[in-house]
Amino acid sequence: MLELRGVCKRFGGVVATDDVTLDVVRGEVHALIGPNGAGKTTLIGQISGVLATEMGRIVFNGADVTRLTAHARVRAGLARSYQITSIFRRFSVLDNLALAVQARSGSSFSLWRPLRAERALFDQAAAIAAEIGLAEKLTQLAATLAHGEQRALEVGLALATRPQMVLLDEPMAGMGPQESARMIALIEKVRAQVSVLLVEHDMDAVFRLADRISVLVNGRLIATGAPQAIRADAAVRKAYLGEELAA
Amino acid sequence: MKRAVAVFALLALFPLVMQSMDGLFYVSLASRILIYAIAATSLNLVLGYGGMVSFGHAAFFGAGAFVVGILSVEGVRSAWIAWPAAIAVAALAALVIGAMSLRTRGVYFIMITLAFAQMIYYIFVSLKTYGGDDGLSMPGRSTVGMDVNLRDELTWYYLVLALLALVLYGLKRLVHSRFGRVIDAIRENEARAEAIGFPVYRYKLLCFVISGAVAGLAGALIANQSNYVSPSLLHWIQSGTLMIMVILGGVGTLWGGLIGATVLLALEHLIADYRIGWVASLAPNYQDHAGLAIGIVLLTIVMLAPEGIAGLFRRRHA
Amino acid sequence: MSTILFLEQTLNGVQFGLMLFLLAAGLTLVFGIMDMINLAHGSLYMVGAYFMASFVQATGSFWLGLPLALGATALVGAALEMTLLRRLYGRDHLTQVLATFAIILIANEAVRIAWGSQPIMLNAPPSLTGPVTLPGGLHYASYRLLIIGVGAAVALALYFLVAKTRVGMLVRAGASNREMAIAMGVNIRRLFTIVFALGAALCALAGAMLGPILAVQVGMGENILILAFVVIVIGGIGSIRGALVGSLLVGIVDTSGRAFLPLVFSAFLPPQLASAAGPAIASVLIYLLMAVVLYFRPQGLFPARG
Repeated sequence: MLELRGVCKRFGGVVATDDVTLDVVRGEVHALIGPNGAGKTTLIGQISGVLATEMGRIVFNGADVTRLTAHARVRAGLARSYQITSIFRRFSVLDNLALAVQARSGSSFSLWRPLRAERALFDQAAAIAAEIGLAEKLTQLAATLAHGEQRALEVGLALATRPQMVLLDEPMAGMGPQESARMIALIEKVRAQVSVLLVEHDMDAVFRLADRISVLVNGRLIATGAPQAIRADAAVRKAYLGEELAA
Repeated sequence: MKRAVAVFALLALFPLVMQSMDGLFYVSLASRILIYAIAATSLNLVLGYGGMVSFGHAAFFGAGAFVVGILSVEGVRSAWIAWPAAIAVAALAALVIGAMSLRTRGVYFIMITLAFAQMIYYIFVSLKTYGGDDGLSMPGRSTVGMDVNLRDELTWYYLVLALLALVLYGLKRLVHSRFGRVIDAIRENEARAEAIGFPVYRYKLLCFVISGAVAGLAGALIANQSNYVSPSLLHWIQSGTLMIMVILGGVGTLWGGLIGATVLLALEHLIADYRIGWVASLAPNYQDHAGLAIGIVLLTIVMLAPEGIAGLFRRRHA
Repeated sequence: MSTILFLEQTLNGVQFGLMLFLLAAGLTLVFGIMDMINLAHGSLYMVGAYFMASFVQATGSFWLGLPLALGATALVGAALEMTLLRRLYGRDHLTQVLATFAIILIANEAVRIAWGSQPIMLNAPPSLTGPVTLPGGLHYASYRLLIIGVGAAVALALYFLVAKTRVGMLVRAGASNREMAIAMGVNIRRLFTIVFALGAALCALAGAMLGPILAVQVGMGENILILAFVVIVIGGIGSIRGALVGSLLVGIVDTSGRAFLPLVFSAFLPPQLASAAGPAIASVLIYLLMAVVLYFRPQGLFPARG
């Protein structure tokens, strides 16, 4: 589904992404873990097209997307959610999701016909809202949602574009146990239709959800494999997990 | 909708009332205000709804005026040709300037729109055959045929009023359309709009071009208003004046352009033409310095608006 | 087209460019450090010129009037910063644009009230009204040479200040990363006021020196402000070096373009067309330059921020 080959990026003198080669297989949930500052968000930025890659290739669904703009990648089926919530705060929940639906259904260079008349758009948005647990909050302004609900909307926006693959950047950031459980359930629900590259610090979630795990340290991939293998890997333990997580 | 009907009914009755009171001058002044309302509304589209602080709007306004002026002097006086030409030229200018400027952000964007607009000013001013620094006098107003005489102040007023109604209606439809929603989203969170699949640059550019085109229409009208095209129409100070109108009237609101133009121009007229006794006793020449009052009013509004100008963004979402 | 003419125009270009630099330097620092777009910068230039004219008339001496005008304008600048502009830091750009635009309107009217609407006289010092003969046989106005000298001296002094002193280091730190500078405990408020007052003094210097050559009149600030903006866009926001390179580029291109383009055009275009096209294109040359620079370097030639 997604192939990264030798991806590199520097910011001035700092190497943020160091020769990363990674695969995400269709239908899998592939977790990307690593200490803070490892360059996970930078890598997500390059995959989604917001940051330019200096060297290497990114291939999505067989097509080389390395030079493709961000919006074109979304159109191709690669969506992303943000670590720091980036929603349309002034809009209602329904309008937020309807926007994402609008993006993938027909041209928006329509200057005359009222958007309000497009029932289908809003019905689909309402359906997605139900999936992410916000069915009761359709008319509420996004800015007034609780943190966990905003994170749900954050992920919902990415899912609303009906992607084939979604990049989730710490979807559970700042969530309590109940909210995290809901998010895990959501990811479980969608994994059938959407491949997932999941960046997370919440190890419970990672080991519950992931088919495979990759570990990023200082911009470099130090291990990739099944969860048990990663858990037992000495280098990974040393760099990140620590001894406390011994099975 | 009811409010719109009421407003336009009042505006339609206005000249008839004035005519009965022998106040034809006020009809002309009102036409002027309505033309500036169109120009300010066009700016409101790109500034208020689109969130693009374009400081070069005078370029499109003035370009439209000059196209009509130049064509008129060259013998092409039909509004059916000259006015669409004015709109087309203004739209083209907006396309070129927008294409270059919209690749930049923030402070750069403001300065670049300003600079390119000033470039257009210098281009027109250097056309010595068409007035240069002194401006261009036109032989008369555009002709529309069908026995309609635009020289008649009342007829002219109603034409301008009709065009304003058209522009406002068009803006209303635009704002509630798919395109309008995307523009609103871009203003709210440009990065995310891009991240859900909208080619943001193209939307901003189209918004910019539409805005420029409408400004061009206003320019065509202002040239006709006084049969004279002044290069000051293109100067960046004029851009600032249009911005003041948008702020006074309400950024990002449908009626903002009309309200702002009315308030500003009426204020200027009142200060200049009506001597207030007690103010005159303090400052005998105060009427020559209307700019001071305007500047102070503007500054006060800007400084005291609680959330800055953002607090004046009154758009709601149902 | 003789070398003497070419040399003269180049010197004129350098002279204008150096004065433009005085405005651009202050402006780019304000943009870079305070992240504030300040349209009233041109008004400080105007006020400086007017102060100069008045002080020269009052004291009878160009050389006495100059420091007085610089001081007075610096005070005005500092006062403006402390009362009004300080409240604009951190606000959105539209607010800053409108507020400083309002200040332009107010300043123009205030000057009109204080000095009247007619342009006022400002003369070069009597000792410098004659030409000087330069190597190569060029007779060049000695006053213009003074301007070049002063401009170059200030550019050097600014370079020294920004690159070699502690204050300069704080300024550079602020320009490239304001939050970091604040975090490091720099007294930002005082730094900002000083930077602004310095910028105002530079504007006054430019206004005072250019006064005898250009007209001292209301609205003189607006025309030169645009050029300063073009300089900053070309040079890069926050960069003094960019401001210098940009100013010289703009000054030389503009001056030479106006002088030579009509000649070049008349060489191979019919006279009607040449006399129209020449000045038209010459006046927009610098904007074309800006467009070209932006195409290759959207952040300017020497952006201060990474």
